Amino acid sequence: MGRAIRVLVAKAGLDGHDRGAKVVARALRDAGMEVIYTGIRQTPEMIAEAAVQEDVDAVGLSLLSGAHMHIFPEVQRLLNDKGGDDILLTGGGTISDEDMAELRASGVGQLFGPGASTRDIVEYIQTEIGGRRAGEPS
Amino acid sequence: MLETDLDRTLEAFFTGQRRAAARLISVVENGGPRAEDVLHQLYPRLTGAPRLGITGPPGVGKSTLVDALVRYHRKHDRRVGVVAVDPTSPFTGGAVLGDRVRMGDLTTDPGVFIRSMATRGSLGGLARATKEVVDVLEAFGQQMLIVETVGVGQTEMDVAQATDSVVVVLSPESGDAIQAMKAGLMEVADILVVNKADRPGAGQMVRTLEADLAMRPHSEWSVPVLVTVASKGEGIAELCAAVDEHRVHLEQSGDLADRRRRRAQTEITAVLRDRLWQRAHARLADEIPAWAERVAAGQETPYTAARSLMAAFLEDSE
Repeated sequence: MGRAIRVLVAKAGLDGHDRGAKVVARALRDAGMEVIYTGIRQTPEMIAEAAVQEDVDAVGLSLLSGAHMHIFPEVQRLLNDKGGDDILLTGGGTISDEDMAELRASGVGQLFGPGASTRDIVEYIQTEIGGRRAGEPS
Repeated sequence: MLETDLDRTLEAFFTGQRRAAARLISVVENGGPRAEDVLHQLYPRLTGAPRLGITGPPGVGKSTLVDALVRYHRKHDRRVGVVAVDPTSPFTGGAVLGDRVRMGDLTTDPGVFIRSMATRGSLGGLARATKEVVDVLEAFGQQMLIVETVGVGQTEMDVAQATDSVVVVLSPESGDAIQAMKAGLMEVADILVVNKADRPGAGQMVRTLEADLAMRPHSEWSVPVLVTVASKGEGIAELCAAVDEHRVHLEQSGDLADRRRRRAQTEITAVLRDRLWQRAHARLADEIPAWAERVAAGQETPYTAARSLMAAFLEDSE
């Protein structure tokens, strides 16, 4: 068995609804991942810096405030700045299909809408990180 | 990580890059030959900075207390490293590490490095892994090192082994917890803290603890009982003074050298046990199932099976 996948789960922006983020955090834990949960009202700077310090494989952002077109690119830029360009940035929330497509095109990972199942999210992260790790020597 | 990658990461680490420090912590935590290489490079950089353990039952405000301690040391211009340890689920191997929730904006302070760590169910390996992660942070230049862990079961003993001074944190509501944990938790304490002291019952809790301490055999260090309201920063300066005092005591009595010697002994033993087990396992893994069948069928006992397996292993080693 390989080492555990580490994921940072954060709520960005000003809305304080973290139920979705907590449900996802628990699902990832139940799938054997180490989840660093940072709570609500995280700035992009806090998220990127925490992701670097924790040496996570992936960052999962939950966003319900409508600010996703600002926050995802900003977190991605800060991750790149801090040498964390190999960290998978994914997430979900109330994001339109057009916005999702635009963010994906800019290099952000898959995003999940309100109806997504936790199983899909778990599988996506496992597949994506598994593929990335396969390329490196053990 | 390739060898050249590792060299590059070490180089970046020595120039103070946080991404490199985070990577080396992972290498050390994951163990193996690369971890050895890293520790070998880092050992000459160890400074002997104070190592403080914070433990106690769930819900007493440990993370909030750590947050307040970090702020205090930052005010005095010390670089701080925090390792927050939470249990891995024995069923799934996963963990939710939530200590950062209470340490919010410390994340972006360049003088602070916080790392969350899961216990990973390593048999007695937690003490070693924790100590080595702290080694990385110390070599990175952090001048005050804090290890936080929930005090349930065995983990607080491991924390005690990874640090110089142990603060056990309780709250006015911890009465039952104390009864349940008296044996392990209370004995590792160099300092006792009643946090959330603005709540009713704090005075009673302090008296209970002091009465309990009074019944212990006399020792050179008398464990102080302090009160804090970590969320308001109250009692933090006093707590830090007590930690300093304990440090002075450790140095003057020779206990510090003692503790560090014991820590080294634990570490050597753990490494040795790991190595022996790996070798034994590589040699014997294929044979164990057949023995298990015979034991399950009542033809052998686990002891006779183990004796035969060990004999086979030792014969090979000669």
